[in-house]
Amino acid sequence: MTSITWRTVSTHLILIAGTLFMGLPVWIAFMSSTHTAETLFRDGLQFWPGGHFFDTYSAVLFESGGVMKSVTGSRMLFNSMVLGVGFAVGKVVISIMAAYAIVYFRFRLAVPLFWIIFMTLLLPLEVRIVPSYEVVSGLGLLNTYTGLILPLIASATGTFFFRQFFRSIPEELLEAAQLDNAGPIRFLIDILVPLSKTMIAAILIIMFVVGWNQYLWPLLMTTQEDHFTIVIGIKQIYQVLSEGGELPQYQKAFALVMLATLPPVLIVLIFQNWFVKGLVESEK
Amino acid sequence: MATLKLSGVNKRYPNGAHAVRGVDMDIAEGDLIVFVGPSGCGKSTLLRMIAGLESITEGEIAIDGGRINETSPSDRDVAMVFQNYALYPHMTVFRNMAYGLINRGIPKDEVRQQVEKTSKLLRIEEFLDRKPAQLSGGQRQRVAMGRAIVRNPKIFLFDEPLSNLDAKLRVRMRIEIKRLQRELGVTSVYVTHDQVEAMTLADRLAVINEGRVEQMGSPMELYNDPKTLFVASFIGSPQINLMEARATSEGLRAAGALLPGFDGLPQDVPLMLGVRPEHLGERADGPIEISVDLIEKLGADSMVYGAVQNMEADEPKEICVRSEEVVKHQIGDKVKLWFDTDRAMVFREDTGERLI
Repeated sequence: MTSITWRTVSTHLILIAGTLFMGLPVWIAFMSSTHTAETLFRDGLQFWPGGHFFDTYSAVLFESGGVMKSVTGSRMLFNSMVLGVGFAVGKVVISIMAAYAIVYFRFRLAVPLFWIIFMTLLLPLEVRIVPSYEVVSGLGLLNTYTGLILPLIASATGTFFFRQFFRSIPEELLEAAQLDNAGPIRFLIDILVPLSKTMIAAILIIMFVVGWNQYLWPLLMTTQEDHFTIVIGIKQIYQVLSEGGELPQYQKAFALVMLATLPPVLIVLIFQNWFVKGLVESEK
Repeated sequence: MATLKLSGVNKRYPNGAHAVRGVDMDIAEGDLIVFVGPSGCGKSTLLRMIAGLESITEGEIAIDGGRINETSPSDRDVAMVFQNYALYPHMTVFRNMAYGLINRGIPKDEVRQQVEKTSKLLRIEEFLDRKPAQLSGGQRQRVAMGRAIVRNPKIFLFDEPLSNLDAKLRVRMRIEIKRLQRELGVTSVYVTHDQVEAMTLADRLAVINEGRVEQMGSPMELYNDPKTLFVASFIGSPQINLMEARATSEGLRAAGALLPGFDGLPQDVPLMLGVRPEHLGERADGPIEISVDLIEKLGADSMVYGAVQNMEADEPKEICVRSEEVVKHQIGDKVKLWFDTDRAMVFREDTGERLI
């Protein structure tokens, strides 16, 4: 086999090195999570499976006091899921409606309004976090799902993507729909949304991952354990687990990290095809 | 089936462009009217005003005697076939055709019946489950027509529906459109820039130039008796031969010759002499001399092109002669031409008005 040249070998070596570099920490975290607190304390990080996978994971997921003072890991997973899904769906819905208004309705301020929306890219949450907190607490929305999701769902990027996409749809489709007795809402639901299907899927996936990984806002917003997301859980677990002079429960922390990583990875793996399609091609 | 009446219709855009200028028109029940003109002449705008896709700045459009200026496009009961078909790409052919009916609240059974009947008429019944992307250009064209026909509208509007098809298919679809329109007897307005398409399809033809209707009439009327220079030059292929001319007391001076038999023409104004290619003939004592520079042999007849001396300009004018006989001339030959004075037309060059 002369086709295996030095070149292919070297590129593969580089790729393998990169994969190890990225994958090894995850592997170590996963393996360490299957050992007992004593082993970890005595021998440090573990590279090979221990025998305590079920003990640790069931304690983290289902036992009250297993990981936090009262809330269970599954509850935090659920909270994260609510945030991720609410965040993604909210962003897509708001962006589609904003882009629809900007592209299809002739009102005088459409262009300046679009640029104002676009300029909010310069004001990410981190910059406006104090006023946002003030507003949400004034509305009495602290420690609620609404308060968690609502301030995050306006999306300039999403609006921009949908605006560009809508503008590429031939105008005759709108006119044909007008003659077919389809009003503005019918046109949006029957024609625009189906045409943007792949685009919507791609944005949903990206936004779900972004929402899932939100850190600063949930940290500020949620003071009660039962609204903690799993990302906040990771941050809090060290404080909780090392209280009272016991052995630090590092295996539980690692388990929680694994659990937090899993859903976004699964979503991206499962919907990979849609995701690529939405970014690369447009069905027209 | 309906009548369509346009009175004093004007379209001005906010940027000041005056696209349609005072159009008056009466279209009888079941007629196929063709708007023809160069691109940008306002013919599509006028059609879109009838459809309700453009607002009417001034004047009135009435269907069956009822004013529709303020009626929304969907309530005008008109159907339109677009140049790029504008089929909904994500819907099957069936859904494409049914969409307008469903939106009008027609019961499902009836919708199915209507769509099936129409698809049979257009011979697209085997494609009902396909999406537009899986169809050829001609089939898409048929679906677009089906979507218009299925609604059984009062008026059909066609906006250059054949310009995306290849030449052969265009001729076939043209015949088909004509046949369908005859069968269904629906009043139709058809916009095209192709004068051959216009001539073959139209019951009546409206030649539009710079937002105005230059002349309206049957295709043969417009061909034989154009009222303006523009109509004469637009209708007919190959184009009418136009030669700069001046009236003098001895006769008409044009193409390097003095032509008798034209009386009562105003002197001192620039004129245009127009003679159709088939009205020019060879004759040994003919007054006009050309030197042949191109011969097109089309089978049944031949086109002979040659340069003739122009009035004042240095550049010679190219004229075309249609001959039904076998042409024996070679390129470079000098040929004398003759025409019947009765069949020639004379226009004022500045206003375009026809004098003879």
